[in-house]
Amino acid sequence: MMAAVQPAGLTERWTENTVTGVSRGRPWTALWQARELIGYLALRDLRLRYRQAVLGVIWVLAQPIASVAIFTVVFSRLAGVGSEGVPYPLFALVGMVTWTYFSGTVASASTVLVNNASLVTKVYFPRMAAPAASLLPPGIDLVMSLVLVGALAAWFGVFSGVRLLAAPFWLLLLLVSAFGVSLWLAALNVRYRDIQHAVAPVLQLWLFASPVAYPATLLSGWKELVYAVNPMVGVIGLGRWALLGTPWPGWSLMVSAGSAALVLISGLVYFSRAQRSFADVI
Amino acid sequence: MDRIQFDRVSKRYTLGERTNAREALVAMARTLIGRGPGAAPELWSLRDVSFTVADGEALGIIGRNGAGKSTILKVLTGITAPTRGVSRTRGRVAALLEVGTGFHEELTGRENIYLNGAILGMARRDIARAFDAIVDFSGVERFLDTPVKRYSSGMYLRLAFAVAAHLEPDVLVVDEILAVGDAEFQRKCLGRMEQAEKEGRTVVFVSHDLDTLGKLCRRSLWLDAGQIRAEGDSKELVRDYLSSGLAPVGVGYAVVRGGPVTVKGVRVLGARGPSGQAMMREDSLSIEVDFSLAELVPGMDIALYVSTSQGVRVIDQAVSDREPARLEAGEYTAQLNLPPVLNVGDFVVGVWFGTAHTEFLDEPAAATFTLHGNDRGRPDRVLVYEHPVVVRPLSPA
Repeated sequence: MMAAVQPAGLTERWTENTVTGVSRGRPWTALWQARELIGYLALRDLRLRYRQAVLGVIWVLAQPIASVAIFTVVFSRLAGVGSEGVPYPLFALVGMVTWTYFSGTVASASTVLVNNASLVTKVYFPRMAAPAASLLPPGIDLVMSLVLVGALAAWFGVFSGVRLLAAPFWLLLLLVSAFGVSLWLAALNVRYRDIQHAVAPVLQLWLFASPVAYPATLLSGWKELVYAVNPMVGVIGLGRWALLGTPWPGWSLMVSAGSAALVLISGLVYFSRAQRSFADVI
Repeated sequence: MDRIQFDRVSKRYTLGERTNAREALVAMARTLIGRGPGAAPELWSLRDVSFTVADGEALGIIGRNGAGKSTILKVLTGITAPTRGVSRTRGRVAALLEVGTGFHEELTGRENIYLNGAILGMARRDIARAFDAIVDFSGVERFLDTPVKRYSSGMYLRLAFAVAAHLEPDVLVVDEILAVGDAEFQRKCLGRMEQAEKEGRTVVFVSHDLDTLGKLCRRSLWLDAGQIRAEGDSKELVRDYLSSGLAPVGVGYAVVRGGPVTVKGVRVLGARGPSGQAMMREDSLSIEVDFSLAELVPGMDIALYVSTSQGVRVIDQAVSDREPARLEAGEYTAQLNLPPVLNVGDFVVGVWFGTAHTEFLDEPAAATFTLHGNDRGRPDRVLVYEHPVVVRPLSPA
């Protein structure tokens, strides 16, 4: 009998479903408890993506390589945009790899609840697991892309030395930015399907509003700080500082980090409030 | 000790909820300039529902379509939040509101077992431990590494139920799953549920199959328009339910909708006219269902069935016994003629509309009728077979 297998404490605990929905404590606790589900959902997406694609890895790298080639011709050769002292292709590649993770995550998270509508209406699971799972598959692409970055850096003889140890902070800030925006869009799209149509054009604009193909230092003073309200400014700046040894982004990094944190916290709050009616309006 | 407590739970749905930003903006603007569209139409799916289920008890829930049965299950499992009140559950709750939720066509049987298990709340450890039993129960061993899109619908169902059946929850919630699958599948499901009950798990069961419900659950709730109308011993409740509000006999009841189908009336006609008059056992009967279709349905299937007042289904005939009909939008009458085979007593007519893939509606208590006459001293028999037991002398070898 199962009662004998389960720890006594677990079976005696009451779960309440009230006007505010089922409470499973803080979002982080709920996410941690749902870690296996998050893993399986991510694994499902990965399997599906590569099931019938023979050249899997090549397609992952094709996107940033193509963009970097275009940027090199247009921004570097034709427009003469600077690249903070490192070879332009490498400069643009780090920006593009960072951006690809962000846009890939946000694009898939915005539709994740709606695409799994039958799950949402028929099964109780911590809803936040769905957008959280969207963070993982693009992460695999990111890791593969970083190998390419390493190879290109070695080719150009660029090495940032001890700063490489700060790379995890870059990844953390990237994750915070992506998850915050993902939570907002995933929850909003349940109520307003316009979101999923708006995501692609908005991301397109956002790409050029982020210092992917050009350095943030094109702006200076207070303009740079306002510009840094876009979290991707700080994320990309920190990534280039850690991986390529470009100048320290300074105050704009603080502004971006604050902005990313704000988006994440408000996203968690909004998602937690909205999730109680997901099954009713989806 | 209780496993489930429903404390004055109400649930309101707003009909026609806005799902696009333009409409939301228009509504907001209207409200601002004081020309609001008025309150959106609301539907109270549950009103002040309170009940408890004890540890190890099996509770049945009966009621017509739209009475709020599914809403109870959704609040109970935490899928949706109540508008008022609290629902409490103790221990792990597993819900089978639909067979195969979360299955993905492109993934193999093996992958789906793990994914589905995780979705239903099983830990990887538990799935791994139950894996062989799941495969065994489903009988799809040879196809474990084949994508489930290549499975037959029977295999798919068996695998999906097998995963859910091995959840080993403290509370098992089952909604109408027996409506799908073949007889063997249904028998397996029922066996598994009985086993869960014997193991001391708490079971909440919603079904239109009142006979099964009566066997599986000692106690039932009767839900009517979002409220508990009665509560008690399943067999008595089923009897009351089936004979409730159905008089005058044979006259249509409130309109029932499901999918594109609207049932407008159900009549039972005897050879001597409408069933308002007494119908005799020796008469031929005809059951007629008036319905309208809102759209073209290619594989329309309609079943008319007759149950005894104890809920035992004795006749169940469907359009698909020959072949499903292709029906354009419009108004129709479905008719089933019955020769005089039923014994004296009270009977209930059920109607079912659907296709091979979906169920539009199932109303097991659409009308009742009573057959009068002489039961020739055998009131227990349901069918009268016009051939007597013949006795002949044992001929010498």
